[in-house]
Amino acid sequence: MSFINYSAREINCKIVYYGPGLGGKTTNLQYIYKKTSPDAKGKMISLATETERTLFFDFLPLALGMIRGFKTRFHLYTVPGQVFYDASRKLILKGVDGVVFVADSQVERMEANIESLDNLRTNLTEQGYNLDAISFCIQYNKRDLPNVVPVEEMNRVLNPKNVPWFEGVAKDGRGVFDTLKEVAKQVLMELKKTGR
Amino acid sequence: MAGSDLVMYEEEFKQIDEELSKLHEQANAKLTFVVDKNGQLITAVGETENLDTTSLASLTAGNIAATGGMAKLIGEKEFSILFHEGERDNIHISIISQRVILVVIFDQRSSLGLVRLRVKKSAEALSNIFNRILLKVEKEKGVKGETKSPFAEITEEDIDKLFS
Repeated sequence: MSFINYSAREINCKIVYYGPGLGGKTTNLQYIYKKTSPDAKGKMISLATETERTLFFDFLPLALGMIRGFKTRFHLYTVPGQVFYDASRKLILKGVDGVVFVADSQVERMEANIESLDNLRTNLTEQGYNLDAISFCIQYNKRDLPNVVPVEEMNRVLNPKNVPWFEGVAKDGRGVFDTLKEVAKQVLMELKKTGR
Repeated sequence: MAGSDLVMYEEEFKQIDEELSKLHEQANAKLTFVVDKNGQLITAVGETENLDTTSLASLTAGNIAATGGMAKLIGEKEFSILFHEGERDNIHISIISQRVILVVIFDQRSSLGLVRLRVKKSAEALSNIFNRILLKVEKEKGVKGETKSPFAEITEEDIDKLFS
């Protein structure tokens, strides 16, 4: 649910990074934060436990620049990936414009990926959205690890609709901006379609 | 798609700003702002210089969302007022029209009673303005195609430029 302010000539969009616990959602945001010039970003807020596991959400406001005379702002959020934080995940999806699913490429995390993707679909439906209709892309993270599932197999299991996907190593930044750019593009194109 | 996009027009924006300024003054507040339930800051009045209002807005919405979730669990519709008391500053948060959040930050120069009273008065005025905006958005939707939209002509090139 974007917020268009004709008075301040601003447009704000909300993008949520979803995925299983320890998959690299927060790492994606941290990399974006690190690599963005200070005048384009706000403070990154992390509501995390003492062991740095996301408790409620991470939040990073980004000002990307002007489009047709409008200041374009993206608010990036992550959800807590751990299964038992489902109530919090639902809240964060409220008013979302685009979703990035950060999958963990390790063999032993495939089941967690599937479970989290199912959970995303269910939670979106509960909010009145349809995963097949909203702006959405997937990042296969941790491609630098030795025990990863081949990309073809990940696509077969997690991406039957063949939405745009990227290989990533979030800690080194590989794929991070490609993913963000893709979802931002889809969100803005959706605005174009709806004609406002 | 769930709900409708929030759109803010010049005219209503001014009215909100005026109402907010009035409340800010009458409640003797430090900072007064309105946030959309999704965490987008609409406008703020007061001591904003050294404050990260974007983060404040996002956390306020998270706070309202979390207490709203708690409310549902115990069978309440929502908790329409939240109050946080600090050593120096206090925060009064209230929901308006079930859609936007009004936040008043104040210190010892004011009091909870005064803030509550003034917020109650302003809430009605603000609620009317937001209802008018919703009506306007619905109406504009009806005449889609005739209205000039800045986004109807976005090109991939425009988007690429954002990331260059």
